[in-house]
Amino acid sequence: MRELSLNVLDIVQNSISAKSTIVNIEVNFYDKNKMRISITDDGCGMNQEQVMKVIDPFYTTRKTRKVGLGIPLFKMAAELTGGSLVIRSLPEKGTHISAEFVTDSIDMTPLGDMNSTILLLVRCNPDVDFVYSLTKDNDKREFNTKEIREILGEVPLDHPDVLEWIDGYLKEQFA
Amino acid sequence: MKSLEELRAIRDRARAGVDLRKEHQNDVRVLVGMATCGIAAGARPVLNAFVEEINKRNLKNVVVTQTGCIGICQFEPVVEIIEPGKEKVTYVHMTPEKAVRIVNDHLVNANVVAEFTIGANS
Repeated sequence: MRELSLNVLDIVQNSISAKSTIVNIEVNFYDKNKMRISITDDGCGMNQEQVMKVIDPFYTTRKTRKVGLGIPLFKMAAELTGGSLVIRSLPEKGTHISAEFVTDSIDMTPLGDMNSTILLLVRCNPDVDFVYSLTKDNDKREFNTKEIREILGEVPLDHPDVLEWIDGYLKEQFA
Repeated sequence: MKSLEELRAIRDRARAGVDLRKEHQNDVRVLVGMATCGIAAGARPVLNAFVEEINKRNLKNVVVTQTGCIGICQFEPVVEIIEPGKEKVTYVHMTPEKAVRIVNDHLVNANVVAEFTIGANS
């Protein structure tokens, strides 16, 4: 993947497939040269055995092909920088994935266009709630579709004018 | 500055408006493959290009959405166009430039861009 934001897009698909109703995506820059990306969902979760298996590229629940590279690629991107990836999951409760990166490593993949990832997730999954936060130098910005949904009432999140507003809002907030 | 006031105005327009359509059965569906394979091959800019061009041309009956891996990873980014009453068209090795052409030729003028289909590329 050319950008970590694409890994995020990919990993969140797992949350969607797990029938999550809310997905929390946190990006946190800290300690001068560290970055953590955490994705937490309330989907169907995995048991201990499955958690052990998802980091294996040759494990997948899908039937169209024999490999599953989503989590292995994300883990590789983190480990190449000297970081790591942790998965915690509870059946029926949800899953939490957290990847830590050393940002000044020569092998650091750029975070890339997170706004595009968030907008695409909202566009394609208008019934799922997303909370996205970006913390840099103790300055925390947050975007929460729940708040938008409260204002919109029965108007869907994927209404073209709403998406355009979200696009503009993200660009302003997360410039 | 994008304000919540603006969002409320959008809601009121949408409620009153013609564009809050309930009927979606006759929509044309543009499905962009967005599994690991598709994303790694560049599906995100392709999907964005479709959305942008469809908005620009104000095509109301077209829905752009994502789909998973359909098992032909070597052809990603893959886009399927499903029109009611017609056979599904599968475009392969997609780029944002090809997306613009497909919107104009296929969706606006109903001419399938044969050279971009899987049939012409396999």
